[in-house]
Amino acid sequence: MSLVSREPMTPTAGAVEYAAGPREYFALLKPRVMSLVVFTALAGLLVAPVSVHPVIAFASLLAIAAGAGAAGALNMWWDADIDAIMSRTCNRPVPLGLVQPREALFFGLTLALIAVMSLAVTANLLAAGLLAFTIFFYAVVYTMWLKRSTPQNIVIGGAAGALPPVVGYAAATGSVTLDSLVLFAIIFIWTPPHFWALALVKSGDYARAGVPMMPNVKGAGRTRLEILLYTLALAAIAVAPWPLGVGGRIYAALAIAAGLAMIHFAWRVYRTRQGREANRAAMQLFGFSILYLFLLFAALVVEHGSGLIERYGL
Amino acid sequence: MSAMAEPDPRQGVRLTPQQERNRRLRNIAIGVCIGLLAALFYAVTIVKLGPGVLRPEP
Repeated sequence: MSLVSREPMTPTAGAVEYAAGPREYFALLKPRVMSLVVFTALAGLLVAPVSVHPVIAFASLLAIAAGAGAAGALNMWWDADIDAIMSRTCNRPVPLGLVQPREALFFGLTLALIAVMSLAVTANLLAAGLLAFTIFFYAVVYTMWLKRSTPQNIVIGGAAGALPPVVGYAAATGSVTLDSLVLFAIIFIWTPPHFWALALVKSGDYARAGVPMMPNVKGAGRTRLEILLYTLALAAIAVAPWPLGVGGRIYAALAIAAGLAMIHFAWRVYRTRQGREANRAAMQLFGFSILYLFLLFAALVVEHGSGLIERYGL
Repeated sequence: MSAMAEPDPRQGVRLTPQQERNRRLRNIAIGVCIGLLAALFYAVTIVKLGPGVLRPEP
């Protein structure tokens, strides 16, 4: 006898577990975060001083994307209680009851296993190990441990978001070098000003959810100062790929110009402390920081993808 | 009537039409993913081993 009847009747207890469609499962992957992960991993792949067959590169990026999605699903499983409280996250599938927490957990674990094994088969064990570490770091170290316990949560947890270019580089070369670590450093230092700009505006949300973000714990003034300091460090480190030969002249010009713009927006956040203007300045920094990271990695993708550096030394 | 109010647990979980539709869509999505994954692994195998894998040894 089949355990599932076809008769359209009132669902019994437990039937809620069959509620979600593919769209809800796709939302569990955090598609927007995944797109940034794929883009930075692509940059890592292209920056590598070896040529990778397009099929291997595509399969590796797919595995990295699946790994990022798995980490997102595990994050949504664990954080369903606080996601339900915050306006930015209350429409996620688990707090809405469309996906049961247990379903999100097994979906995330299964996807993580498939992603890591696929990368081991298509690329190499180092890349697969780094991907497994990235998922572990995001799901366990950041989500389960740091997020609810320290205002340095996104500083340390930012390592998970910074690893994809290292994984991409490792998939191509089978090694970790200064070239890929400098890309790691850029995303790692970029993370605090990016998230704290948002946290300044959404501090009420985080306070209600009991998440100790920097503005809630150390105050808005200290957060503004740290945003400025991190942005200054970021603008300097973002230029480093140029002398290292990872980025060419196009990259250097963009890194300097966009870095100055980042400092400008961070300075405005530091100076504008009251009313709507303060929130607007913070949201402008938040928005520009996304564009900033995209521009840096787009420059690397264009330079290496089109062979500008290899052919003309640009 | 009491049997209508409390369904026989031996009959298992009853799905609503919406749940049935979502289950069908999930199954299609899983099928497509497995098919694409198989095609991708096939392509990766050919690339890694080279076209010689298809030729019989002399």
